[in-house]
Amino acid sequence: MRPESEEALAGIVRAATGPLRVTGGGTRALGGPGPGAGPAEVLETGGLTGVVLYEPASLTLVAKAGTRLDTIEAVLAAERQRLAFEPPRMERLTGRASGPTGDPAGASTGTSTLGGVVAANAAGPRRIQAGAARDALLGVRFVDGRGQVIRNGGRVMKNVTGYDLVKLMAGSRGTLGVLTEVSFKLQPIPPAAATLILPDAGAGRAVAAMTAALGSPYDVTGAAYVPGTGTLIRVEGLEASVDYRAGRLAVDLAPLGVAVRESEPARVARLWRDIGEVAAFHDRPGAVWRVSCRPSEGAEVARRLGGEVVMDWGGGLVWALWPEGEDIRPRLAGLPGHATLVRGFGAPALPPEPEPVARLSRALKAQFDPRGLFAA
Amino acid sequence: MQMPRPDQQVLARKPEIVAALRAVLPADAVIDHPRELKAYECDALSAYRCLPLAAVLPRTTAEVAAALKVCAREGVKVVPRGAGTSLAGGSMPSEDAVILGLARMNRVLEVDFDDRFIRVEAGRTNLSVTGAIEGEGWFYAPDPSSQLACAIAGNIGMNSGGAHCLKYGVTTNNLMGLTLVTMQGEVIELGGPFLDAPGLDLMGVICGSEGQLGVVTEATLRILRKPEGARPVLVGFPSAEVAGACVAAIIRAGILPVAIEFMDRPCIEATESFCGAGYPDCEALLIIEVEGSEAEIAEQIGLIRALAQGFDPVEFRESRSEDEAKRIWLGRKSAFGAMGVMGDYMCLDGTIPVSSLPAVLGRIGALSDEFGLKVANVFHAGDGNMHPLILYNANAPGQLELCERLGAEILKLCVEVGGCLTGEHGVGIEKRDLMTVQFGPLDLEAQMRVKDVFDPAWLLNPAKVFPLEVSAGRRAGQTRAGQTGAGQTGAGQTRGGQDAA
Repeated sequence: MRPESEEALAGIVRAATGPLRVTGGGTRALGGPGPGAGPAEVLETGGLTGVVLYEPASLTLVAKAGTRLDTIEAVLAAERQRLAFEPPRMERLTGRASGPTGDPAGASTGTSTLGGVVAANAAGPRRIQAGAARDALLGVRFVDGRGQVIRNGGRVMKNVTGYDLVKLMAGSRGTLGVLTEVSFKLQPIPPAAATLILPDAGAGRAVAAMTAALGSPYDVTGAAYVPGTGTLIRVEGLEASVDYRAGRLAVDLAPLGVAVRESEPARVARLWRDIGEVAAFHDRPGAVWRVSCRPSEGAEVARRLGGEVVMDWGGGLVWALWPEGEDIRPRLAGLPGHATLVRGFGAPALPPEPEPVARLSRALKAQFDPRGLFAA
Repeated sequence: MQMPRPDQQVLARKPEIVAALRAVLPADAVIDHPRELKAYECDALSAYRCLPLAAVLPRTTAEVAAALKVCAREGVKVVPRGAGTSLAGGSMPSEDAVILGLARMNRVLEVDFDDRFIRVEAGRTNLSVTGAIEGEGWFYAPDPSSQLACAIAGNIGMNSGGAHCLKYGVTTNNLMGLTLVTMQGEVIELGGPFLDAPGLDLMGVICGSEGQLGVVTEATLRILRKPEGARPVLVGFPSAEVAGACVAAIIRAGILPVAIEFMDRPCIEATESFCGAGYPDCEALLIIEVEGSEAEIAEQIGLIRALAQGFDPVEFRESRSEDEAKRIWLGRKSAFGAMGVMGDYMCLDGTIPVSSLPAVLGRIGALSDEFGLKVANVFHAGDGNMHPLILYNANAPGQLELCERLGAEILKLCVEVGGCLTGEHGVGIEKRDLMTVQFGPLDLEAQMRVKDVFDPAWLLNPAKVFPLEVSAGRRAGQTRAGQTGAGQTGAGQTRGGQDAA
């Protein structure tokens, strides 16, 4: 089902008698179809498209949830603005790039939508400085499990009027309702960016370099480690400022390696797109895990896993390529954080929640979706 | 302003309730003498006052849980309180409620510069969080004007902002984890020194829930290295509208200063006679702060100067020393105090799209003339968070009501142009009855369902945020759910019997 309006979508939900699986582009679905994903009717949001309001001078955008991410990014780029949290494309990593027929779960168009970005609370390398989708999201409209249209938040940058259901919807993965419209705070695209690349000297040295960079006053907007490539540190801003900060960082990090500086805009953009999309794991067999941990423990996570990893967020995000079928969580026991199975089988995709939290989450789900229509 | 009639059963059982609290808390943690309770009769919305039933001042999360369990069992309402600096009445008590104050929970529990966080007890004041780490060159970014006094617990309750949130975000963007005690006394840990746990973002909805979902006792906060330097410039303009247009132009040009503050003539004049900051004689001024090294600061100020020149400023003043920088900020930081000297004022907090600033400033001026009350504007212009201050005389009959009516008109205007009722102060009791201007019945119902989950009996800060008639049924259910036994305080009375406070 692919409704063309919010009213039609609400009507579908009200009339539904069995489970619905809500999907935008289907590119961020976790795990695999697996035994748990019983029969559910697919409800696509791709029919709800278009920019509702774009005010560059207010740094705000309102758009229908089914609007393609690439469409929005083109609209913003024309005004030299962007989504600060740089949502990565996941279809190459999740193996859901080939459209509806190629996707075993049956619900991918291979093209990310704004609603999917929000539902997954997507975030790229700039997460450490500018936050995730949740932090840029100003307002939502959604259809809850009763088929009612709910509004929350708005389109201004500061808003504490009533409860922040905007945060609750971000990352809820379609379990509370169907997003129909989202509004974002935007960021001007700075005129310059540079990336320092320190030679690969292992995960431990990489974390040390990233920690030093993020503990500096130089406003780092990216800190990642890609084995074989090295440790990458990004700064952005006005031309002279970027030059100054990159220079100071290179000096400060010298004990950890001699940095090469990349300042060519297209190459800098490419480096960080590849980190966000975990290009190192594209077209590679195996399961993909995403571990969020204390940044200083990133190297310890890598050591315990022993396999191939890519680190982002200064060590606080570890991507691991792992044999299918094994749950890595027992190996990480005792380390604060959580592991999500992004691609693969044989383990629950989402980490289990401790009981008091799980009970509250179940109760919230029951409030917004009392008939249990929206499958996880 | 209406408050529900107090629960007579609870009032009658005060001695038993106090005894039950004393049984689980240290002797000095329970206050019930009216003289001592006076300190808790209001917050910074001091036009409204009410002595609470009792106050408890726990020292640990376990004591908070013990106190809440007693109150839940006894069916007694609880009003959480950080430092009591709410401008919206967020911690204003009711006669039948226990104040749960966190002032004694103010320790730093953990500092980690490698993982860039600090974990504190939530009663700690905002500024003293930075105080614990600034020696090493770090700071906690959200900086509400009351930061010397206000507590992290209240910052989380109201999702507080500040002057520098244009760059660094508000509380919710800097909160990594928290310990919450539910009304039932259950202790829950959310988040931690890592980012973005999967599952529902409970922390996100607790932040800004005005103490209605639970009591936050500990918080893990993101900390940042201080920039190498910061410097303000002051730009004076011939009209408020032109100043507003300059703000929009700066944002549009892609320059993102850490702060853009706005003051209009009434406010400038008040601060001049209060502290003599030496501001230019003009209709409006902007204070724009930029950060970085000397060269970076110079680069940004050069761009801002070039842009501002296009708006024929009365003056463009750069600070060339630490002392001059302080003088530029002096008037802005004294603004609320200066207005207080001039008389009584009501501080609004509506937020609007930045592009609407010039038009809204014009319409506020017209409303001010229409109502015959002076309005001074001082606010965070970069993010559209306005602070119109309505001046009135509390001793003149009818002036408070007139002032509240004008305030409501201004807030409705904010909503009309695409904004909201409150950008950083919260709804509390102050804007509770205007919620229907911004939200439809279903929108409010969805929010109240969240409270139903965390606090099914509606005992935590229940008469706030939602219009009384909208929450009446739920609050009445609370009375039934409590163990007061007799039906005298039942649904009909709570729903129908609302008295003026």
